[in-house]
Amino acid sequence: MISNPSMPPAASPASKPELDEDQLLHVSLGPQHPSTHGVFRMNVVLDGETVVSLKPVFGYLHRNHEKIAEGVTYLSSMPFTDRLDYICPLTNNWAYAQAVEKLAGIEVPERAEYIRIITAELTRLINHTAFVGFFLGDMGAWGSALMYAFREREKILDLFEDLTGARMMSNFMRFGGCRNDLPDGWAARARVLVDEFPRFLDELENLITGNEILIARTQNIGALPKETLINGGITGPMLRAAGVAYDIRKAEPYGIYDRFKFRIPLGTTGDCYDRLMIRFLELRESLAILRQALDQLPAGAYIHPKAKIRNFKPPVGEAYARIESPKGELGFHLISNGTANPFRYRIRPPSFINLTLLEDMCLGLDLADVVLILGSVDIVLGEVDR
Amino acid sequence: MEHPATTSRPSGPPPTAAWTLPGIGLLKGLAVTATNMIQSYYRKDRMTTVQYPEERATISPNFRNFPFLVYDGSDAMAGMRCTACSICENECPPQCIYIVLDRDENGKSLKRPKVFDIDVSVCMNCGICAEVCPFDSIYMDGEYELSTSDRFGDLLFNKQRLARSTDYHAQLRPLEAAEVAARRKADEEKKLAAQAAKEAKAKADKEAKEKAAKEQAAAE
Repeated sequence: MISNPSMPPAASPASKPELDEDQLLHVSLGPQHPSTHGVFRMNVVLDGETVVSLKPVFGYLHRNHEKIAEGVTYLSSMPFTDRLDYICPLTNNWAYAQAVEKLAGIEVPERAEYIRIITAELTRLINHTAFVGFFLGDMGAWGSALMYAFREREKILDLFEDLTGARMMSNFMRFGGCRNDLPDGWAARARVLVDEFPRFLDELENLITGNEILIARTQNIGALPKETLINGGITGPMLRAAGVAYDIRKAEPYGIYDRFKFRIPLGTTGDCYDRLMIRFLELRESLAILRQALDQLPAGAYIHPKAKIRNFKPPVGEAYARIESPKGELGFHLISNGTANPFRYRIRPPSFINLTLLEDMCLGLDLADVVLILGSVDIVLGEVDR
Repeated sequence: MEHPATTSRPSGPPPTAAWTLPGIGLLKGLAVTATNMIQSYYRKDRMTTVQYPEERATISPNFRNFPFLVYDGSDAMAGMRCTACSICENECPPQCIYIVLDRDENGKSLKRPKVFDIDVSVCMNCGICAEVCPFDSIYMDGEYELSTSDRFGDLLFNKQRLARSTDYHAQLRPLEAAEVAARRKADEEKKLAAQAAKEAKAKADKEAKEKAAKEQAAAE
């Protein structure tokens, strides 16, 4: 449990002091459990079917990413950022490139900014559709929703493969732009995809949103008060589902997000149902951004002509840059001592910080709800453990 | 079920009407599944499965996998463009490249690799080696059926295994190869022109000197 004095007390079961230790059941959920989205363990204490305590255990996927980054050049860390949140590598690339650009004061050409926005919003489409599929899987609806979501994801991955050379491990952004320009006809293909995507979204919404079982399972489950979420540092769709209007694309526009017209969807209660619905709404808004960006896509350079690929050494200094990744605020903090390697490299991963309130959300609920709540947080263990 | 219509939806009807016949939402979902199943028999965009290995999905020409080394001409070892400068070795994020510079008996650099090994079991397919190479020597391959039964020997590619001809490169990535070939040709011509200019200048200087010497001799 988080013992932050500024935080309101978590919803703890009233019967806690009277619990008979002999009657409690200790369950180790994970680390190899299909509902944990990777290698993640929860030590759950159950009173009957009710959760009395939940201790998350993580670190099974720790790869020493931050320390490795201190030993390799700035450019060499770029492919490692793909492996953080491997569902959306392009937003990770962007966040890191932005931090280095801030550190070294590098300008980004306009076309590169457009390419970045297009890839980032396509990544958001991937993440949110995959989220819906996985969330339904957590609920017990294995199959249909996930397969439909992955079918659409494949189409976007085909685009990424053509653009970046890899379906997932893109390694695409560079300090001062992007690695290569859009291939011939890419923008037209992306446009077709964007135009066809709403049909799929309607289908997916028809498939699940009215479903009585889904509503019964998700509504009023896992909600926390706004204050707790804000004090806990929760960002992204999870915070917005509770009705807090905070999106870095609006609060502190980076790139060229201030040029586009889009809305920030808000939920009301912040329960699992709202968290699911907020993703649907964000998908529609992402499509609106994509349409505008593809229409306005200018000609020009895709990377700053003076951007250095070899022998890149930023000046001594410190920079923190953040973006609204599909999961929340993704920030990179870099300290440079003027050499080719960063002196300190630190990531603020949204999945990890969104996970910190897991116990508060789960107390007093059933074990089956724990799986659902974990799914609704939308974690990727590559990013949690780093 | 008393939950209000949740999110402030920008368009379309709310997901849950105030009251519907229980089970209607479920049936609606099942209708979507049924449509998908039926359409998967005749609609091209619903038939997503590719029966590998009998059928193969088309792979993008930009797809990158493991690096290879380009050589000019027909002799792989003599025509290798690599100069063993070790830039790729230093930039490689997982440090999977190992290079030893070839030297003659006096210890003078021969500007070619004696050993050039890439451990593809470590390689993370990022393409940074190809990007940083200033000698147009290393490029990313698209080969993907590389499974072997010996995980140590067969996955450590030496320079013989890595060498590929310029034709291979041109076939794999026509656009990139054409661009590189044009640039190299232009560089070569520039070099030749510079050399010719230098020679012409040397010749002119020599002639001028001879002329001056002759004039001097005549004057004397």
